[in-house]
Amino acid sequence: MNIHIHNGRLIDPAQGIDRLADVFIAEGRIAGIERPPAGFEASGTVDASGCIVCPGLVDLSARLREPGYEYRATLESEMAAAAAGGVTSLACPPDTDPPLDEPGLVEMLKHRARLPEFAHVYPVGALTLKLEGECLTEMAQLAEAGCVAFGQANTAIVDTQVLLSAMHYAATFGFPVWLQAQDPFLAKYGVAHDGEVATRLGLTGIPAVAETIALTTILQLARETGARVHLTRISSTAGLEMIAAARRSGIAATCDVAIHHLHLCEHDIGYFDPQARLDPPLRSQSDRDALRRGLADGTINAVCSDHTPVDDDAKQMPFNEAEPGATGLELLLPLTLKWADEMQLPLIRALARVTSDPARILGVEAGSLAEGAPADICIFDPQASFQVSRESLKSQGKNTPFIGLELQGRVRYTLIDGHLAYSTAFA
Amino acid sequence: MRNPQLDKQGKLQHLLTTEGLPREILTTILDNAAPFAEVAEREVKKLPLLRGKSVFNLFFENSTRTRTTFEIAAKRLSADVINLNINTSSSAKGETLLDTVDNLVAMHADMFVVRHASSGAPYLIAGHLAATGREHIHVVNAGDGRHAHPTQGLLDMYTIRHYKRDFTQLTVAIVGDILHSRVARSQIHALTTLGVPEVRVIAPKTLLPTGVERLGVRVCHDIQEGLRGVDVVMMLRIQNERMSGALLPSPQEFFKSFGLTPERLAKAKPDAIVMHPGPMNRGVEIDSAVADGSHSVILPQVTFGIAVRMAVMSMLAGG
Repeated sequence: MNIHIHNGRLIDPAQGIDRLADVFIAEGRIAGIERPPAGFEASGTVDASGCIVCPGLVDLSARLREPGYEYRATLESEMAAAAAGGVTSLACPPDTDPPLDEPGLVEMLKHRARLPEFAHVYPVGALTLKLEGECLTEMAQLAEAGCVAFGQANTAIVDTQVLLSAMHYAATFGFPVWLQAQDPFLAKYGVAHDGEVATRLGLTGIPAVAETIALTTILQLARETGARVHLTRISSTAGLEMIAAARRSGIAATCDVAIHHLHLCEHDIGYFDPQARLDPPLRSQSDRDALRRGLADGTINAVCSDHTPVDDDAKQMPFNEAEPGATGLELLLPLTLKWADEMQLPLIRALARVTSDPARILGVEAGSLAEGAPADICIFDPQASFQVSRESLKSQGKNTPFIGLELQGRVRYTLIDGHLAYSTAFA
Repeated sequence: MRNPQLDKQGKLQHLLTTEGLPREILTTILDNAAPFAEVAEREVKKLPLLRGKSVFNLFFENSTRTRTTFEIAAKRLSADVINLNINTSSSAKGETLLDTVDNLVAMHADMFVVRHASSGAPYLIAGHLAATGREHIHVVNAGDGRHAHPTQGLLDMYTIRHYKRDFTQLTVAIVGDILHSRVARSQIHALTTLGVPEVRVIAPKTLLPTGVERLGVRVCHDIQEGLRGVDVVMMLRIQNERMSGALLPSPQEFFKSFGLTPERLAKAKPDAIVMHPGPMNRGVEIDSAVADGSHSVILPQVTFGIAVRMAVMSMLAGG
């Protein structure tokens, strides 16, 4: 099917394009920008007047909850959420039940995700069996089955001998290692940032040193092993400074931040609001401001939704018993736009953090609208606003601290491999 | 965000914490408690203020003293009292906190007195009642995790006022495990709201929460220095499981460094009072000579506790 997207403002950070330009799609790929290729005949047109046409978003962390947690979400519900959020590629962490630690599970997930209207799913395989931090997984076979990186989701490898060896083994094949930097002992029983709010509310704290101590270990092992390390969900100023310093000393580690952490801080816990129970915890206002600046100046390479559908029963609990996590696929774009607006960043720079930059970390063909690239496209109206409500969310996870917030930027169309996966006409 | 314990008119709807309560409300509770303290001295100790009302003591954590004093307070106000020790019944069967609450609402509860091991559990209940249109049911926090124990804080204020009259001239020291103490947090907020110019907390660094100074207190690690010239000494209980481990090496060592002995108490003002929320660990945080000595007002605290709880319950649900 040949599609002509006309009258839109094309923003493609990968090519440095920001201007009014039509886009032509043939056989699921970009066939031309501005001018159609010779002999092009459109079988369909998309009117993008007043809209921005950009690469489909690339999300470095979205939990689909399959296998094992189908009562929280299914591939169908979360893929609908991804398409509605303009997300066309996503990495899913291995903390399913069972965890993604054997090739059969990964193949099954990839197979289930193969429908044309579904975003491209890139599983992050478990680094250790059952995420227990003891035995290595069959990484080479998991990679063949479709894993693009290996990690531990939110759990730590306690035994540094195992961590060293896991990084050595991954480095043998050049597989990236994705790790959350959080010392398990300092984070034990912790539910909130160890600061003013936790002290006042009597909540067990997780100090920022839990992040920096883990970072020290990981970064030194990265230097030792040469493993390609990606640090997930950075949360503190001190952590950010360590990563910047490590880069200056030649360690090529990348990192990301969750969208919640750009907009919220410990004070948003208010009177024990379980919606603000997140992992890592929301830290102080100055940490949040440092993360916002770090993402703008490139110290943080990408922002992700950290989409985690949690059912109501698991959220309607006292704060420390409530399950951490929030839904995010449908809020990634508008919350990124909000950050860009508040930081007075040009859109092209902001959109790079959810398209070309995360695509580079994933190492997949995504996040660009160059000729010949897959036609994964997000078309959104930057002026249209909406109120976040349970009803407006397609994800089965209805829990987010942003409920009730008025946000700007609505996705009008999402195309995946040139296939119309979402249109406001569906909604 | 509206303080969830006040209604739209600023009247007390629930008692969840002493933090953020206006001074007038704190003072009114203390004023209202005074006549109830006198009732206890009469032959007939009952008043009809809560006649026909059902008070559910919802205890998800063991407590004998607090539950008993709440029960006595409610009974003296002529309420019907139902005691539920939930750690041994429903939650063991997997019922969620809010399911339990809904079931008790269906039994026409008028007031929940809640103790729970998780900080904030009474807020969850209060929020759920508001969300389901049952604002007429009141919640009293009888201790939630490390967060708050407001009736204890209030009875402590009543005790201080009884012996010392004017809060604005006092120096108060709180000694012991501040980190894990809901009592300490409720005391600190009440003392600062009532205008006490100097509140000191005395503890080893392992038993102080991060940034405790921001609650408006001065931190001391030396008990001799911390007790110098104080009017009121408020001791805290050290939980048995915390006496030897990663936070403290041994009960003996704690007593040696932070236990309240007659010699140390001598640093305080000659007319200083000594308080303890109970149950006491004699020889760990307090020497028996002090606990039973002339400065101790530990038993009057218990008596006042009933009057203060009567005042709170009658303000919430009495007509």
